[in-house]
Amino acid sequence: MDQGIIGSIFTVVVFVCFFGVVWWAFSSRNKKDFDEAANLPFADENQPKSEKEKRES
Amino acid sequence: MSEISQEKPVYNYKVVRQFTIMTIVWGIVGMGLGAFIAAQLFAPVLNFDLPWLTFSRLRPLHTNAVIFAFGGCALFATSYYVVQRTSQVRLFSDKLAAFTFWGWQAVIVCAIITLPLGMTSTKEYAELEWPIDILIALVWIAYCINFFGTMVIRKVSHIYVANWFFGAFMLTVLVLHIGNSMAIPVSFTKSYSLYAGSVDAMMQWWYGHNAVGFFLTAGFLGMMYYFVPKQAGRPVYSYRLSIVHFWALISLYIWAGPHHLHYTALPDWTQSLGMVMSIILFVPSWGGMINGIMTLSGAWHKLRTDPVLRFLVVSLTFYGMSTFEGPMMAIKTVNALSHYTDWTIGHVHSGALGWVAMISIGSVYHLVPILFNQRSMYSVRLVNVHFWLATVGVVLYIVAMWFSGVLQGLMWRAVNADGTLTYSFVESLEASKPFYVVRFIGGCFVVAGMLVMAYNTWKTVRAPRGSIAQDLATQPA
Repeated sequence: MDQGIIGSIFTVVVFVCFFGVVWWAFSSRNKKDFDEAANLPFADENQPKSEKEKRES
Repeated sequence: MSEISQEKPVYNYKVVRQFTIMTIVWGIVGMGLGAFIAAQLFAPVLNFDLPWLTFSRLRPLHTNAVIFAFGGCALFATSYYVVQRTSQVRLFSDKLAAFTFWGWQAVIVCAIITLPLGMTSTKEYAELEWPIDILIALVWIAYCINFFGTMVIRKVSHIYVANWFFGAFMLTVLVLHIGNSMAIPVSFTKSYSLYAGSVDAMMQWWYGHNAVGFFLTAGFLGMMYYFVPKQAGRPVYSYRLSIVHFWALISLYIWAGPHHLHYTALPDWTQSLGMVMSIILFVPSWGGMINGIMTLSGAWHKLRTDPVLRFLVVSLTFYGMSTFEGPMMAIKTVNALSHYTDWTIGHVHSGALGWVAMISIGSVYHLVPILFNQRSMYSVRLVNVHFWLATVGVVLYIVAMWFSGVLQGLMWRAVNADGTLTYSFVESLEASKPFYVVRFIGGCFVVAGMLVMAYNTWKTVRAPRGSIAQDLATQPA
């Protein structure tokens, strides 16, 4: 295989992978999970913190 | 892992506190050094005829201090904080955390000793000699174990996107550091690279550009994905975009290194590949920037009252600017003008001072009150003063370097009708001198801002627990 073929195969593989990621990220099946994940920075606020009382802006 | 623990996690804030304070300390040292060597460029007398104080030895110390000491401590502090808070669990190991703190400080002290003495492997951003490189590798492995260990024992089912970025940053830096630092020691303080010729150059810039891509970008994007939503009080604009952003960014960055070696002995196809990949890189970079900035949609008014948020958002603006400038400069024809000139220095600093430093500073201002049991910083007004000092400083710096760089590029390529060079190098240096003075003034603004930050932090830390009660929103900015 010469460099051109390897390059072509690689390009196609990367292309497919990219659309795989996009499909996975935007499929409605995963929406609930991602919304949950997006709120993780705020998820531990209702629990008392270690060395401080609860405070958050 | 799906069960939610009823126990309240007791976070390890000690190591976060230590790294946060050292971020400020090393920030002042590194940026102060930068201002000093900037002054040397228009007043060479400032090297006092001492070899230890020459630009050639202090410049690597400056870059190491700002990137690895200031930026590194900021990354350690925020990653340890974010992984605990978003995993709702204490750090995997307190001992490893302490080891990473003291080990990293030891690395920095070693750099401060060896670089002015002239001990260097001569690889840019990897100047430290082999015994220090081994210490860095050990600290870094401990860091990775601690971080990923914490994710393994997490109490929530998801891994928040910030941790993905932090994780990619850690793993890639480990591979880069070990790969590029391969050397044959000839004595305790001298080694030679295992690679030769243009392979060595390619290794170096594979490392060098990915130090930018993963240390200075992915890591700080991790910071962005936690602290911008947190400070704005709303989740990130699009979590789905952040996933695409992550995979696109990490799969593209690794290819961009050859743009540092345009028109060198590197094979032409490699240069072109590096150029193309650098240009494509613009897309995920702006995707991430837009995701960060749009997080504020509906909360723009907070920018008026909250200087911490202002730091975070302006850092994203600079990120957008420098990730547009970077791909442009990677185009070979543009690079023919810009390479080896001050334009590059300006570009680096719009990324380093505008993006990296500002997002770190914003994050530290978010962290300090939390870590030291206060409701806000001692003075929000001083945070605002710092914001303007930093912004004016960066703008002065970048604009001066644009002028100087383009001027240099044009003067160096100018030829007479008979093919001889129109200007000597010294003539271009003379033309740059006024811009070097402006750059120094900009640098002084930035350092002054850091000193204001140190004072503000000192007052916050020393205040009795919980005594600073003013809310960000009610304190005049």
